[in-house]
Amino acid sequence: MLTAFAILIDGLVYAAYLFIVAIGLTLIFGVMKILNVAHGSFYTFGAYGAASAVGIYFDRGLPEAGGFLLMALVAMALGLVLGLVLERGIMWLVYGRDEVVMVLVTYAAFLILEDVVILVWGTGSYATYQPLLAAGNIEVGELTLSNYDLGLIMAAALLAVASYGALKYTRYGRLLTAVIFDRETAAAFGINVRVVYTVTFVIGAMLGALGGAIMAPKIAVTLGIGVEVIVLAFAVVAIGGMGSIEGALVGALIVGICRAAAVHLLPQLELFVIYGVMALVLLIRPYGLFVRVQPRKI
Amino acid sequence: MAGQGRIVAGSSLVAAAAAAALVLPGWVISLATIAFANGLVVLGLIVLWRAGLVSFGQALYYCIGAYAVALVGRWTGLTDALVLVLMGGAAAALVAFGVGFLLARYREIFFAMLSLALSMILYGLLVKTESLGSTDGFAVIVPTFFGYAPHQRELLLALYWLVLAVCSLAALLVGAYFRSVGGALAIPLRDNEIRVEFLGMSVSRLIHTKLVISGLLGGMGGALAAMAVGHVDPNMSYWTTSGEFVFITILSGAGSVVPAFIGSLVFESVRSFAFAVLPQLWQMLLGSVLLLTILFLPQGLGSLIARMRWRRNTEAP
Repeated sequence: MLTAFAILIDGLVYAAYLFIVAIGLTLIFGVMKILNVAHGSFYTFGAYGAASAVGIYFDRGLPEAGGFLLMALVAMALGLVLGLVLERGIMWLVYGRDEVVMVLVTYAAFLILEDVVILVWGTGSYATYQPLLAAGNIEVGELTLSNYDLGLIMAAALLAVASYGALKYTRYGRLLTAVIFDRETAAAFGINVRVVYTVTFVIGAMLGALGGAIMAPKIAVTLGIGVEVIVLAFAVVAIGGMGSIEGALVGALIVGICRAAAVHLLPQLELFVIYGVMALVLLIRPYGLFVRVQPRKI
Repeated sequence: MAGQGRIVAGSSLVAAAAAAALVLPGWVISLATIAFANGLVVLGLIVLWRAGLVSFGQALYYCIGAYAVALVGRWTGLTDALVLVLMGGAAAALVAFGVGFLLARYREIFFAMLSLALSMILYGLLVKTESLGSTDGFAVIVPTFFGYAPHQRELLLALYWLVLAVCSLAALLVGAYFRSVGGALAIPLRDNEIRVEFLGMSVSRLIHTKLVISGLLGGMGGALAAMAVGHVDPNMSYWTTSGEFVFITILSGAGSVVPAFIGSLVFESVRSFAFAVLPQLWQMLLGSVLLLTILFLPQGLGSLIARMRWRRNTEAP
């Protein structure tokens, strides 16, 4: 019973993390049909930015609540700049090319940005424990849970509701939905697809950076975190169906719970289970759980 | 006639590469050995690429080939390099045949994602298998060649010549496959596979064949690389390894067979150079090369050769 509860909580925490990282990826894919490898860089920049900003902030002994706000703001600012630079500087050159070519362009950007990280932050690692300490712990039955983890779950839930609401009930969300369904028809109805692309890419980048910032206190911020996270996010998005936000949510839950179960019951299978589940889902639903079947072109 | 000219050009190229080894320093030879071994994997990717399929999980076959060599050497004490290469290739081809039933149903980005998942499954298994050295991997036995057991520079040379021989044979056979009906159908397959079915061909069988060929080449490449490096580890199956192979494919272009090896040599040289001169910036350099290739040379290095040939033909009276 205790194990089941622990699996549930751990799974939810991990799922929250995965969802925050994957939502930006799936948004960009849905609108622009780009599988963005550089999402890993957004995450890395967000994590490094938040870690160094928080380090400076808490050293000054300023009020703790501001630290959380600062983390988010720094990450979003970095995401904004990076997203704009990438989209305006590189991506627009290859719009209309093959989907796979666009993946490779983002891969090139990812490689370049990996070294930009080294140039800016060096090769050392950053520990950002202060927010975790500031949040404190809570006792639930026999388990000690970190408030930060519970906040993470709430943040992910909030993000899910907000993005769903924004897509369904705001003007921009409706425009975005139109572009997702059919780019050409949307353009024919007077939607400026070019602007929609830029805004989407920047929002996706900000979400990726935010994911990094939120995770920074829970991990050692060091080289190579982007490499790991991108392939995890791919798994989540592929399970849910690429481009689907509810898919990302369900995919994150499935992967999160399965991984937590593996960690508690059979630790050898920790990594295997994530991609095993991905392969299994794709076996049954080739295009993921939440994707409309596309007609074959003749 | 053109075919004869190509064979003459190809064999003189191989002969030159083989003879050059006698005067080149050791580090160049080992760099070329790894590059050509990786070129085999790239050749496999090109077979798929021509049909419009891009695998982001080719490292699966690479890793299986490498681990097959390492494990066979460890368990049976078998050291003959050629036999080991064939076993590595066969093991990977067998796996490709198995997963082919699944993969042959997928296209485009979904094909890329599923192949990625499969290679990451292997990575996940290897990382957690402590009897196989976990993340550290383990050493590969020193190969022998038909009873000949060379050391140091002789070993380097023997391995290099073996790689050259395997690569030339593979290039020849894959070139022949490209000109066969199944190989020639790759381009119609990419353009519109329903029409290929209307021709009376089974699309899934065609793609399955291509998968097995690319798996075989990937496995042999991995086996040769394992012997050249003398060590295997799970990173051979990580997605960044697959990414590098796709990178080299872009650099080479999918037009013909030879550019795969030239592209691989260029990639390995750029990487070694960048790693030695700019250790903090080598990824940036690689990324820039990739970006510039995609933007300004979308058909790869191979298209340069084709362009040169075309210019020569037009200038001729």
